[in-house]
Amino acid sequence: MKKLFSNLQRADGRRQWLRFAVVLPYLWLLLFFLAPFAIILKISLADPLVAQPPFTALLDWAATGWQRIHVTVDNYLFLFQDRYYITIYLSSIKLAAISTLLCLLLGYPVAYFIARQKPRLRNLLLLGIIVPFWISFLLRVYAWIGLLNSHGVINNFLLWAGIIDQPLTLIYNDFAVYVGIVYSYLPFMILPLYANLEKMNLDLQEAAADLGARPWQVFLNVTLPLSIPGIIAGCLLVFIPAIGEFIIPALLGGSDTLMIGRALWDEFFINRDWPVASAVSVVLLMILVIPMMWLQKTQSRAESNANGGAS
Amino acid sequence: MKQRSRGLLTVVAFTYAFLYVPIISVMVYSFNDSRLVTLWGGWSLRWYRSLLDNDAVIEAAMLSLQIAVVSATVAVIFGTLVGLALNRLGRFRGRTLLTGMVTSPLVMPEIITGISLLFLFISLSDWIGWPRTRGATTITIAHITFSMAYVAVVIRSRLSGMDQSLEEAAMDLGGRPLAVFFDITVPAILPAMISGWLLAFTLSLDDVVIASFVSGPGATTLPMLIFSKVRLGVTPDINAIATIIILLVSTGVVAAALVNRGRSNKSVDSE
Repeated sequence: MKKLFSNLQRADGRRQWLRFAVVLPYLWLLLFFLAPFAIILKISLADPLVAQPPFTALLDWAATGWQRIHVTVDNYLFLFQDRYYITIYLSSIKLAAISTLLCLLLGYPVAYFIARQKPRLRNLLLLGIIVPFWISFLLRVYAWIGLLNSHGVINNFLLWAGIIDQPLTLIYNDFAVYVGIVYSYLPFMILPLYANLEKMNLDLQEAAADLGARPWQVFLNVTLPLSIPGIIAGCLLVFIPAIGEFIIPALLGGSDTLMIGRALWDEFFINRDWPVASAVSVVLLMILVIPMMWLQKTQSRAESNANGGAS
Repeated sequence: MKQRSRGLLTVVAFTYAFLYVPIISVMVYSFNDSRLVTLWGGWSLRWYRSLLDNDAVIEAAMLSLQIAVVSATVAVIFGTLVGLALNRLGRFRGRTLLTGMVTSPLVMPEIITGISLLFLFISLSDWIGWPRTRGATTITIAHITFSMAYVAVVIRSRLSGMDQSLEEAAMDLGGRPLAVFFDITVPAILPAMISGWLLAFTLSLDDVVIASFVSGPGATTLPMLIFSKVRLGVTPDINAIATIIILLVSTGVVAAALVNRGRSNKSVDSE
């Protein structure tokens, strides 16, 4: 025990250089990741002004001292009194939740199928999921404009096949936003589900089948409950980014598609009301804190399981 | 049983079609001779030729490449250091904060990252006079910050599956810490560093939202340019840019997968 301890200490001493080296990225993150949030919180408590930059001279604090800053919670009150923002938050949550469910419904069978193939085919199929994930997000969303347009590929095909006589309105509405989100985030659902299903010990399924369970019973009572960690990880990985999504509603959504990312962009660039934009961001972060912490917990549990298995 | 697997196969086939039809359609239409994106006017390379004459596109592409190379390189260095510290240093003061700061960018909405960094840059330039203008530098800083989080994840997962005894043995034999690091640790985590670099590079090349916030009037990256054009609808020259990027990226990913497979096969053989 004593020897182990001194070994550990020595090992630590040998990594002294790392202790110094990590200071630089540490400071970097403090300055460029943490400090900006303090500032956004501060600005969300400032009065709006029509000026450049458009908020009260909150940043004069270096000169005037913190106590002189005019702090107001008006921006937050405004958010909660205005039905517009409450509607947008709720509608973003709804859009993200439905998209997550659609991803799960589509992604689960695919992950299940891939996990049950022979290694060679499995790698090929996985590569097929991963390649689109690496291709530019913006360009993949753009691709859907060409497909969904009133004169786009899908409408042209349906018209040509005689299934419809007038182009369908497929784009600039909520439908197109669902398509875009499911399309963009499907790999985030499939990969953690696959990782879970692939590791699963098949003995239990076989035992259940031997004992006379029907295939769907085996699935519902054995496979599905065992895959819940993968389902949770996949759903969080889709839901969290989907809520704050900007590009998809901006390119595929209609004027009545309410999503918080887009409202935030407009508040910032068009209304130029930075304090309200900051308050909107802070509230969005609060909404995301619970799923983010949940994800953190599942990830660290998975990591410690993997480490425990290895040692 | 047969019935069920046929249903499963249909869903799987549908999903792969869903993933690839949009990409293939963009690529096909990039060779369309017609100016109208909806009509097929025969095969042609005219949109690729017109790209070469488009200075704005070339300039934006160069700026994006420059930002992507610099930010990916710095992100790999920082991300590797953070990954090593979290994995090899055990408990140290500030560890929880570091873990939080390096994992949060993964799930942070881009729009919030963009706004908050812009506020930081404005405050800093008010306060200490730097950065005087926003542009390539501020975009690079923003990209380093979120990319290093991804690199740290890749490095940590590689390190947690790695045996430490080689490093320990080398140090017991009197290897100097830094020499051990460069001779043993770096070669072992090099594949992770390379995939981390590639990930950081593509993330940087892909970013519109954060760059739109932290950029200034002078600097337009390629994604920003594409986004502003695309908001007005589909244009044939964007199809051509998209095709070039899609081909480059997918070749890279497939090549990396092949290299990795060759490597893992070899290591299996040698064992």
